[in-house]
Amino acid sequence: MTGVAEPVLDIRNLRVTFTGGAKPVNAVDGVDLSIERGEVVALLGESGSGKSVTLRSILRLHPAKRTRMEGAIHVAGTNVMALEGGALTDFRGKGASMIFQEPMLALDPVYTLGEQIIEAILRHENISTSEARRRALDWFERVRIPSPERRLDTYPHEMSGGMRQRAMIALALACNPKLLLADEPTTALDATVQVQILLLLRDLQRELGLSMLFVTHDIGVAVEVADRIAVMYAGRIVEIGSVRDVIRSPRHPYTLGLLSTRPHGGRLSGNRLPTIPGSPPDLANLPPGCAFAMRCALAADACRIAAPEAVEVGPGHQARCVRTAETARPAGAPAGVSA
Amino acid sequence: MFTYAAKRVLMTMPIMIGVSLVCFALVHLAPGDPLISVLPPDASQAIKDQLMVLYGFDRPYYEQFLRWLVRAVQGDLGTSIRTGRPVAAEIFKAVGNTLMIATLATFIGFVLGTFFGFVAGYFRGSWLDKLASAAAVFGVSVPHYWLGMILVIVFAVQLGWLPPTGAGPGGSEDWRWNWVHVQHLILPAVTMSVIPMGIIARTVRALVAEILSQEFIAGLRAKGLPELGVFRHVVKNVAPTSLAVMGIQLGYLLGGSILIETVFAWPGTGLLLNDAIFQRDLPLLQGTILVLALFFVALNLVVDVFQSALDPRIQRA
Repeated sequence: MTGVAEPVLDIRNLRVTFTGGAKPVNAVDGVDLSIERGEVVALLGESGSGKSVTLRSILRLHPAKRTRMEGAIHVAGTNVMALEGGALTDFRGKGASMIFQEPMLALDPVYTLGEQIIEAILRHENISTSEARRRALDWFERVRIPSPERRLDTYPHEMSGGMRQRAMIALALACNPKLLLADEPTTALDATVQVQILLLLRDLQRELGLSMLFVTHDIGVAVEVADRIAVMYAGRIVEIGSVRDVIRSPRHPYTLGLLSTRPHGGRLSGNRLPTIPGSPPDLANLPPGCAFAMRCALAADACRIAAPEAVEVGPGHQARCVRTAETARPAGAPAGVSA
Repeated sequence: MFTYAAKRVLMTMPIMIGVSLVCFALVHLAPGDPLISVLPPDASQAIKDQLMVLYGFDRPYYEQFLRWLVRAVQGDLGTSIRTGRPVAAEIFKAVGNTLMIATLATFIGFVLGTFFGFVAGYFRGSWLDKLASAAAVFGVSVPHYWLGMILVIVFAVQLGWLPPTGAGPGGSEDWRWNWVHVQHLILPAVTMSVIPMGIIARTVRALVAEILSQEFIAGLRAKGLPELGVFRHVVKNVAPTSLAVMGIQLGYLLGGSILIETVFAWPGTGLLLNDAIFQRDLPLLQGTILVLALFFVALNLVVDVFQSALDPRIQRA
């Protein structure tokens, strides 16, 4: 607790291995990440890149028996890896809380929304049930649920997808967590509802000064909400930097490839969308070198020998790549992608 | 909730009419002359005809059915051909006896089955799961008349702790709520309980495993609930289905297990049905089947209403 600069989230060399199967799966392979107070970081990556696993590790939601976790996680000074029993459940929902991808599945179908939020509040605050209900109602209003009093007594299946996700956000914020974790909170929603939820989250974040880790596979969403973007591939953060740096001048070949696959309005019909050739590596059998080397046009021998270290390519902008000299775009060259 | 219950009650009406029709038809479709058991083999045709008229067997089927139905609605199920006593009274007494062991058996089965099911579901794949699952498989697959005999040999004959048969001392059929009578309940009820125990254990195990794998369990943990709090949610999610299964099991057991009631000479519906079939006692058979079927319908009704009270999604479905 040395004053101003203590980050809200500080992850050091996090490794998560699932040991339940025939072969151990290295889902997260050495992640370093920190989030300052009031900052939003988007964790961007495709399915299986380890972004959700990283997020769930922060709440220690992986089954202890089938998971090996190494490294250090601190949330506002709390050593999360050392928490046990009551201290761990005290931390969940209060120290950090989570918005899930599919609120229909993440809410208990046989309890009303009000009961579920009140339950969370009573778990962490020493207040009366009626006081907790008032607090829940207050949150329903803040997430802009119409006729909130009535909606508190409805069941998840009685609400639309967008309303359910608003209720989920109210639940996550109900105990004023220091860190908000969002696991693809707009992915399961209709496109128009996605925008509304995104705007709501952004407004709440600004209003309350929330610190947030936002997992998504959608570059557009990441640009919309985040201050910084961390790109994940095969369990590692391959590039991290401000939204502007990562989108305008990506330096890791994977980020470059990812950005070039975005469809643009001006694309001629009949033309194929560009894709990154190949597929992500088997997490149970990772190559010794860079996990992206086998799909990378710039891969050299050095890439296949050892995993590349993070290279500082600009202020606060790092890429785990040995060929960053080749990926640097000459000043004034036309952008490969428009941000 | 109330409208759902009312709707559900109305829905049982056509079912009940259908049930009574099937009961009536079944007996008349079965081969054999219903009067054979009351008449001596050398009875004259005149006496046969006279009895046919007396019992109403000479009338057309639809008239017989309507007469029977109208009387049945008034609580008159006819007279037993064999004993000459009113069928309704015989059934009433047998149903009471069966109700006692069936309820006790379902209760034991539900408590043990739920326990084994939760243990197996929570510790899936461990030796505890294997042990509990083995108990469940034993419950559904052991021949219960055999189990009944084993229990009689061990607890009645060798240890002498409990009476082997009957519903009262010296074969008396006047039930009283005292230890002398209650101890007759234990062996048949325990024997009968292994079936619902096995079925409920397997159902609960599957339900618990399925619910634990759902995302909302992670959601509950993420908001800081301790394992006990999560367990409470699992219980409420498991309850509607397991109660439904319990209700259906109680329904089956109310039919009285012919085998178990025979082994223990328990004067319930199973034994009554058995006698009615073998002695071609038509009014008794019809009446017993009708009452049991209606019981089943009523029980399902109660279970459905209960279930909708516990699970809000059912009302809308």
